[in-house]
Amino acid sequence: MTASKAAPSKDAHAMSSDRVLRVQDLVVSSHTQPDRHILKGVSFDIAAGETLCLVGESGSGKSVTSLSIMGLLPRGVLEHRGGDIYLEETPLLTLSSARLRELRASRIAMIFQEPMTALNPLMRVGEQIEEVLVMHRKGTTAGERRTRVLDMLEQVQLPDIERMYASWPHQLSGGQRQRIMIAMALVLEPRLLIADEPTTALDVTTQKQILWLIRQLQERHGTSVLFITHDMGVVADIADRVCVMRHGEVVETQPVQALLRHPLTDYTRSLLMAVPGLQPRPSRPVTEREIVLEAIELEKCYGRHSRWARLRGQQDTRTAAASDVSFALTRGRTLGIVGESGSGKSTVARCVMRMIEPTGGGVRVMGRDISTLGRAALKPHRKRIQMIFQDPFRSLNPRLTIGDSLIEGPVNYGTSRAQALKQAEALLIMVGLSGEAMTRYPHQFSGGQRQRIAIARALAMEPDVLVADEAVSALDVSVQAQVLTLLEDIQTRMGVAVLFITHDLRVAAQVCDDVMVMQKGRVVEYGPTSRVLGAPEHAYTRSLMAAAPGRQWDFAAFQPFDDVSESRSSDAFSTGLISGAQKA
Amino acid sequence: MLGYCLKRTLAAVPVMVIVALFVFLLLRLSPGDPAAIIAGDMATPAQLARIREALGLNEPMHIQFFRWVGELLQGDFGTSLMSGLPVTTLMAQRLEPTVSLAVFSMLLSVLVAVPMGVLAAWKHGSLIDRVIMALSVVGFSVPVFVIGYLLIKLLAIDLGWLPVQGFRRLSEDGLWAFLEHALLPAMMLSTIYIALIARMTRASMLDVLGEDYIRTAHAKGASERRVLFRHALRNAGVPILEVIGTGFALMITGVVVTESVFNIPGLGRLTVDAILSRDYPVIQGLILVTSGVYVVINLLIDLSYALLDPRIRYR
Amino acid sequence: MNTPSPAAVAGPVPERRWRLWPTHRPGWMVTTATLCLALIVLVAVLAPWIAPHDPLAMSPAERLKPAGDDYWLGSDAYGRDLLSRILYGARISLIVGIGSALISVVIGLPLGLLAGFFRALDTLIMRIMDGLMAIPSVLLAIAIVSLTSASLWTVMAAITVPEIPRVVRLVRSVVLSAREEPYVEAAVSLGSSLPVIMWRHLMPNTLAPLIVMSTYICASAILTEAILSFLGAGLGTETPTWGNIMSEGRTYFQIKPGLIFWPGLMLSLCILSINLLGDAARDHLDPRLQKRGGGQ
Repeated sequence: MTASKAAPSKDAHAMSSDRVLRVQDLVVSSHTQPDRHILKGVSFDIAAGETLCLVGESGSGKSVTSLSIMGLLPRGVLEHRGGDIYLEETPLLTLSSARLRELRASRIAMIFQEPMTALNPLMRVGEQIEEVLVMHRKGTTAGERRTRVLDMLEQVQLPDIERMYASWPHQLSGGQRQRIMIAMALVLEPRLLIADEPTTALDVTTQKQILWLIRQLQERHGTSVLFITHDMGVVADIADRVCVMRHGEVVETQPVQALLRHPLTDYTRSLLMAVPGLQPRPSRPVTEREIVLEAIELEKCYGRHSRWARLRGQQDTRTAAASDVSFALTRGRTLGIVGESGSGKSTVARCVMRMIEPTGGGVRVMGRDISTLGRAALKPHRKRIQMIFQDPFRSLNPRLTIGDSLIEGPVNYGTSRAQALKQAEALLIMVGLSGEAMTRYPHQFSGGQRQRIAIARALAMEPDVLVADEAVSALDVSVQAQVLTLLEDIQTRMGVAVLFITHDLRVAAQVCDDVMVMQKGRVVEYGPTSRVLGAPEHAYTRSLMAAAPGRQWDFAAFQPFDDVSESRSSDAFSTGLISGAQKA
Repeated sequence: MLGYCLKRTLAAVPVMVIVALFVFLLLRLSPGDPAAIIAGDMATPAQLARIREALGLNEPMHIQFFRWVGELLQGDFGTSLMSGLPVTTLMAQRLEPTVSLAVFSMLLSVLVAVPMGVLAAWKHGSLIDRVIMALSVVGFSVPVFVIGYLLIKLLAIDLGWLPVQGFRRLSEDGLWAFLEHALLPAMMLSTIYIALIARMTRASMLDVLGEDYIRTAHAKGASERRVLFRHALRNAGVPILEVIGTGFALMITGVVVTESVFNIPGLGRLTVDAILSRDYPVIQGLILVTSGVYVVINLLIDLSYALLDPRIRYR
Repeated sequence: MNTPSPAAVAGPVPERRWRLWPTHRPGWMVTTATLCLALIVLVAVLAPWIAPHDPLAMSPAERLKPAGDDYWLGSDAYGRDLLSRILYGARISLIVGIGSALISVVIGLPLGLLAGFFRALDTLIMRIMDGLMAIPSVLLAIAIVSLTSASLWTVMAAITVPEIPRVVRLVRSVVLSAREEPYVEAAVSLGSSLPVIMWRHLMPNTLAPLIVMSTYICASAILTEAILSFLGAGLGTETPTWGNIMSEGRTYFQIKPGLIFWPGLMLSLCILSINLLGDAARDHLDPRLQKRGGGQ
């Protein structure tokens, strides 16, 4: 999906007579607290054949907007309080539920974020698509329906459509299931397709294909698309116009080029500036030579090759989640491990932490091999290597105060309680929270704050290595930028080395000195970030880079890279992250 | 699928071995001389010796166990101390009333409870949901015999619609006579079961109704009925089947009480008679058989998941 | 419904801190159940002082008297006062119910923690529990009672043993899911010892479901005791229990239904109240369990 956007659609909005959807002053509030507005008067419209992106951070109300349009607000939880929604000339909010049901799938259709759970696990996927025809095209024969479904499967470019038709959802990959969802949504050629973060749960390469597919089908059928996303890269790739939302309000609506180049509001500016640049920052100069963490031909296999199977001469059925992984991390540096789901990057992190037992190879922490140590022997080395987890909501014990969580580690290693409490308070202040937080509980903090606390907890052990496993992936971009700045700050201050596991190439490009790209449990490329991500040699790395959404845009500079090469020097790329963080 | 069935079936074997071990140890490890416990306080030394002989209590423990299990596997459950008849013969005589009553109650329960649960889940939070839930709490709080006597008082004594006691065999007296006499006991037996299944159906349906694929079905424009029955109910099936299986233990308790209230000559009455006369070999045999039936029923239910769920079938 | 944008946060989110006491006013059902149960407890404690007659005093001349001034609920087949026997019967039910709930938790909790934490013990413990579960509880209780002489302790033991597997299974399943939580993994990497991890990080997760489960066990133990007594396998009639009052009353049911009706009513109210409180506790303590059927 390069910049080859369909030009006519951009002008479509000008002739606004053919608006497919009009949302006017939409107000939605909580059922139990009518004063708590989730949407505070949202207005926008979509022209025929146009793609409007609703973009915003969590809690902005973008998903609620989409559910309102479909009439799928959870009953007894959220309620309409005002405004209108028109689908062409039909007012949707006053329709009877029977009429609304008729409109669904035939004139508006929707696809969702989680393809893994969006299909009924007990029905063949072909039947699930066919069900739409059974419900909305009463007169058709079984043969006609089948032909139509197979045609749709063809259109969403699934292989082996006859077999696909009879498959069960669990037999398909995430990308394939999302294609089924798209086929189901478009089988009746609706006027409007609502796509609620349809690619967020997918890997980048799959995401690229799905975005391309949506664009292609949209052009073929003239469908309008309301595309909900948090990802500016996706916006740059797919949108005609963009509507930025925040706290249930529309902040601004602009054509995509205008928005990315000349955002009208500070909020949009800060959002754009927080997007990490894809162009890698130069690695920091090597000052220390001491290797703090080293993996030597690390291997982790699941399943065991039973004697029984061997006797019967069966193939080795073990699957390698990671094999032959070697790297060295020196003091004060950041090594990134990037890869898609199933690449084995988390397996490596967990092996290094000894949370799972490696089945081969070694892990050296400060020169000592810890991969085979027993529980007791491991204890003194545990201290040296600490972890930050992905999910900020689950990484702190909800029943312990922040103080108790922070001192748990030091107390285990013999620090006195009073001493540990004093250190913990200092650490909290260092990560940007106040000392009062000590006596509070995790539920009183936001996701970003909890992640700071988790960082403080890890630092309390005075480790040599921090393992950050997708540590910022669950955070909104602005918060993400702040946490990354914090990590960098801590690193320069304390000289701790970071093993940074991420699926996000943009983050990796801005954070890591060295990068290791993994695919299916193997290392495909390993070297300085500027080389691996700047001039990738391996085909897989190149395909990953090519799939990164919005890669032609330098969001923080409000211009595409083509312009940049003329007007800006290349080392300015790295400022994106830092300046974005400060702004946010 | 074959692998799944085989694995499940094999997993049932150790459970049965452990049940047998429990039953075996229960008698041997209870304080005091097992023979004296069984014979009661008034037994003569000769009687004690006879009981010891009959149960093989004079031999070392492990020999006793293996010999006992060996006999069980040959279908020899020992001999009743009271009647002198083989336990298997006693049980065979009493089998039909219990099985016909249990199957009848089971069908009745499922037919009443599942629609109740679906209705409650569909109208979640409404008056009808609250009424159904209240009824179900009452249903498993009121003891089975209290319900039995209330039903007898109301339907048999005051209204005179149904016979107060007695039982007719399906095989000898025909369907109508059987139903007339079995209806009251079946109602008594079903109450707790209905309460349990209705509660679980509702819970499981509510879980499923919150799933993404239900939202997908709504987004497709499916009607409420279609969503409930085509998409939700089947997906809610596994926990419902599970509770039908585990609830079978309640059915066994219910059978014992019901047969004693209605004077039905089934296995339940045999149990009560055996308790009152301390006929331990019979009690032991009954425990083994009912546990076995329980394990087999739950095994069948486990296997039926494979029919319900393709994820199990194609593993 | 507001889907978090980036990589959806998976799994249950322990948003709220766990509180023991209700923060909002309970509904009328819960209030009634609490009052009802409080009344039964009061009656049980005060039985010797409020009972109008000696529950054991037989007077052959006063057999099967109808309800009247002297015998408020009438008398039984031996001329004993029904009301007094019912008041005393509350004691046994409550002792058995509370006792069984406590004992099964005390035994089941450590077993469940061990099974959930150590894979090697898991198979062993759970196989034994599966075996115990497979034996119908009333039959097992009957067998235990018939092998020993029926006393309060043996009855309680007989009722408690079949309840233990339920506690073990519950604790184990909670531990199995809790040990996957990142905060437990964090504790491991902070060098916390196994007992600390179990006690500080895993055990508290089991408390809320255990409180709920123990109310259900309490109700079910009272029910089982009544069934045992009713079948003649429980305590002798020199200790009045609701079950054995009814058991004796069966013969005279057509003449004097009150012999079954009144103790049955007390029994039903008692179990119903406990179950209602259990449901309320479940809704309050663990919203995730809310929709689960739980219970019996």
